[in-house]
Amino acid sequence: MISDLFTPMVIIGILASGIRLATPYLYATIGETFGQLSGVLNLGVDGIMLMGAFSGFYVTYMTDNYWLGLLAAILTGALMGLMMAFISVTLKSEQGISGIGLYLFGLGLSDLLFQVSLGTVKTVSGFPPIDIPILSDIPVIGPIFFQQNLLVYGAYLMVPIATFILNKTTWGLKIKSVGQNPAAADALGVSVTAVRYATVTLGGIFSGVAGASLSIALLNVFQQNLTSGMGFIAVALVYFGGWRPIGMLWGSLLFSSVNALQLWVQTLGLPIPSDFATMMPYVLTILALIFAVRKVSVPAALTKIFERGEG
Amino acid sequence: MKKVTIFVSLLLVAAFLLAACGGGATETTEAPEAPPTEVAAEPFKVAVVMPSSISDLAFSQSMYDALVAIQNEMGAENFEFVYTDGMFVVDDAAAAIRDYASQGYNLVIAHGSQYGSSLVEIAPDFPETSFAHGTTVDTFTDQGITNVFAYEARSEEGGYVNGVMAALLSASNIIGVVGPIETGDAKLYVDGFKAGVLATKPDAQVNVNWTGSFSDVALASEAAQTHVNAGADALTGTAQMVVGAVGVAKEKGVAWFATQSNQESLAPEIVVASQVYKWDVVLKQIIDLINQGTLGGQSFVIDLENKGEVIEYNAGYALPEDVKAAAEAAIQGIIDGTITPLP
Amino acid sequence: MQQSWWRKPKYWLGPLMPVLAVIAALIAGAVMLVLLGVNPFVAYAALVDGAFGSPNSIADTFVKATPLLLVGAGICIAFRGGVINVGGEGQLIVGALAASVAALYLGDLPGWLLITICLILGFLGGAAWGAIPGALKAYLNVNEILTTIMLNAIAIQGMNFLLSGPLMDPMQVTAGSFIPQTARFPISIDLPRLVPTRLHAGVLLAVVAAILVWLLLWRTTIGFRIRAVGLSPKAARRAGIRVERYAMLALILSGALAGLAGAVQVLGVNHRMFTDGSAAGFTGNAGFNGIVAALFGQLHPIGTIPASFFFGALLVGANKMQRVTQVPTSMIIALNGLLVIFVVSSEIWRRRLARQREMEEVAQVLQPASASEEASEG
Repeated sequence: MISDLFTPMVIIGILASGIRLATPYLYATIGETFGQLSGVLNLGVDGIMLMGAFSGFYVTYMTDNYWLGLLAAILTGALMGLMMAFISVTLKSEQGISGIGLYLFGLGLSDLLFQVSLGTVKTVSGFPPIDIPILSDIPVIGPIFFQQNLLVYGAYLMVPIATFILNKTTWGLKIKSVGQNPAAADALGVSVTAVRYATVTLGGIFSGVAGASLSIALLNVFQQNLTSGMGFIAVALVYFGGWRPIGMLWGSLLFSSVNALQLWVQTLGLPIPSDFATMMPYVLTILALIFAVRKVSVPAALTKIFERGEG
Repeated sequence: MKKVTIFVSLLLVAAFLLAACGGGATETTEAPEAPPTEVAAEPFKVAVVMPSSISDLAFSQSMYDALVAIQNEMGAENFEFVYTDGMFVVDDAAAAIRDYASQGYNLVIAHGSQYGSSLVEIAPDFPETSFAHGTTVDTFTDQGITNVFAYEARSEEGGYVNGVMAALLSASNIIGVVGPIETGDAKLYVDGFKAGVLATKPDAQVNVNWTGSFSDVALASEAAQTHVNAGADALTGTAQMVVGAVGVAKEKGVAWFATQSNQESLAPEIVVASQVYKWDVVLKQIIDLINQGTLGGQSFVIDLENKGEVIEYNAGYALPEDVKAAAEAAIQGIIDGTITPLP
Repeated sequence: MQQSWWRKPKYWLGPLMPVLAVIAALIAGAVMLVLLGVNPFVAYAALVDGAFGSPNSIADTFVKATPLLLVGAGICIAFRGGVINVGGEGQLIVGALAASVAALYLGDLPGWLLITICLILGFLGGAAWGAIPGALKAYLNVNEILTTIMLNAIAIQGMNFLLSGPLMDPMQVTAGSFIPQTARFPISIDLPRLVPTRLHAGVLLAVVAAILVWLLLWRTTIGFRIRAVGLSPKAARRAGIRVERYAMLALILSGALAGLAGAVQVLGVNHRMFTDGSAAGFTGNAGFNGIVAALFGQLHPIGTIPASFFFGALLVGANKMQRVTQVPTSMIIALNGLLVIFVVSSEIWRRRLARQREMEEVAQVLQPASASEEASEG
């Protein structure tokens, strides 16, 4: 029975599902990485994702243009990110609690706007799958990797881009220095406030796009609590990935592929209760972190409020 | 620094007001408010408490639609209703049920099987008020309670009919099912569906995927994708997160069978049929009983026989005549008892 | 020299800050209500009425506050010990499951004994679910935010498995309706009601627990060490405290109190356990709202008591507001979020006022230096 899992059809299926499912996690984790590296923990990712998902969906529904939808999700994400930055950086609030507040606000407002404006579940035609010429014709791996929609490609493209920004640009260095030792960074003339505003807003944009990748690319629907707690998993995966974009890639892919695997376990009728199958991704993520992943220490100033002259 | 702070605050406030306005401006559907009624006869007043959203295209929406249907039939001056949805927290639901009961509604509907324990405590305090509780068969008469009606849906009946059609339409003889957790209404529907498939094509294969969640749309979507990859060419699913699975069926051009509410609007080209719950059938009986002075103690079902469950064929889907005939035969068989949808 | 008190806002404005923040949040909410075509005065009158208007609503407020207070008291231990426990939901569930098993299988025992056993098992169940991330953090350096979030999901699936299988009410199987809930517990173990409403003795237990947590944190060596570890792990280590062990202990105790909340919830309110497939269906988000309550209470167990009741009142009252105005329930969730955001944001002014006050007190002691100190503080 177990051997049924190792047929090419199943393995291809798992990889393809894993790659799709990982998309929202990738956006959200990479965005959150920027914020956390600069010292801001945003627990409100799920709320921002929901607002991004709704605004992207609504605009796409009204205009029939998914590019405008994506733009709406980006703007909404930026706005929510700015709000988080204002609360946590300017008002110096406790980050964990403001994140929970932001989550509840996004969860409620996205559904409120949905009920008032659309009223019931509707569908849109979102980003269509795009076959990359030549590559998509490769047998086996073509359909897995090269017949996805644009937002899926975009998510994977973000990994090298974010890596480059964080490691090779002065801005990346500033972000890390602010997250490790804000007082020293401040002394060197880096504006802690400006850097954190930028990273948290960027994180909001990424979360907004993560939501849109669900509502106007992968699922093409919006519903109350569409993300179903994905944003919290994303925050957890940031710790898994050790604040490196490549780590986010592995974390998102691992979690999603195990989820895809458990779907196959059930589909093939393997004798495992479905409740245990659905536990697998969570258990394996913890186990992988214990046994396999190089543990990186938390950015020193994460969740610490920066007060000038108190360093 | 201060200026920046003020500027940003203003910006945020303005933006969110705009966002809220955008929503407000498009508002066309008002919540059904209790209109000021000066009519001679007292209107029949109903309050309903539901676990999910009234727009879930599933369990809660089926009740909301039923109340709207009754209101349209009886007229807003004779029938009023208020609702509280999203009460997945049982504590909150209990407070809502008690509050509505204390306001003198004729009937308070606790539309969630998980509200049972709360109802046992609340109902005796309001002997003048009638309660309806579903889905369950227990009216708590054994605990000395006389003012609770129970209702449930024989979801396996429509499941069976859907299964018959799915088996006949499937060329690959592989059929996929997406469900939340293996309990209650969902379990009954899926069991009936499986029975329907296997009675029609004993060699067919029904793959079932329980996603472990009523809300994870992305996982439901990927479950449907997995079924298609495993060769399924007909799909069904139950609970509110299946909208994700319908999307996959639409994209892959695979037949979809719906339950609880009519899901045609999501994918007119591939939804074959929907088992729709018409709770109004039960509610009208309950209302009649209340008007005659009976406040509880009876339990009701909606099923194919009493037209509380209806198979709605999608007019836009070219369903072969013989398949439709087989479905109708199954419906007739279930009604006259020659077919038992649960093995 | 002696001015009247109202001339010195820094003395009374600080503690009032959260209240002002709530008012500000309600004003922001009022804007949303107006846009939804609802009179905000009617709405907020209903909110107050729903939280305090009748014996039943007051009872509902207290019942709502009980798990918040238990979880919140635990959060005080965890956060003071420098561990971020976002696993309250899972710990609540495991505690409730442990209590349910005893309630279902030991029904023949005398009520008082079985209640005690259930509460202890709830406590231990939550402790076990907190010990996993605690041990992983202490000995394998695995971040607790990750593990507690993941363990929440694992607890939910475990609950779904048990309630749709081994623990399911046998009546559900014979009746063929398969609703995922246990049988009703023996009536002998219903927590006693304090007044003829839903208010059960669990609320007293929660208050006592909060006081015990305060004693633990501020009157015992263990508590001192937990706080030392939270304040500065490095300094604690230099002082010879085994940092890992105390961080783990903080998570275990925090989990244990959440587990106790779960046990109190099944014994006091539901009298059985059930699932709707999600965590919130059973916990009512108490695992998260307890964090909010604890932080409102300045991470002080005694402060958490009024904070929990206040927050419970808001949650209960907001639901009443929905019923009266018939706005979508999601509006209540959004308002809840706004309240959290506004109150947490107001902290900056409370801190600032507190510092000014301290400065002034210092200045009064050091009379001549006062003028220049005040001037530099603007």
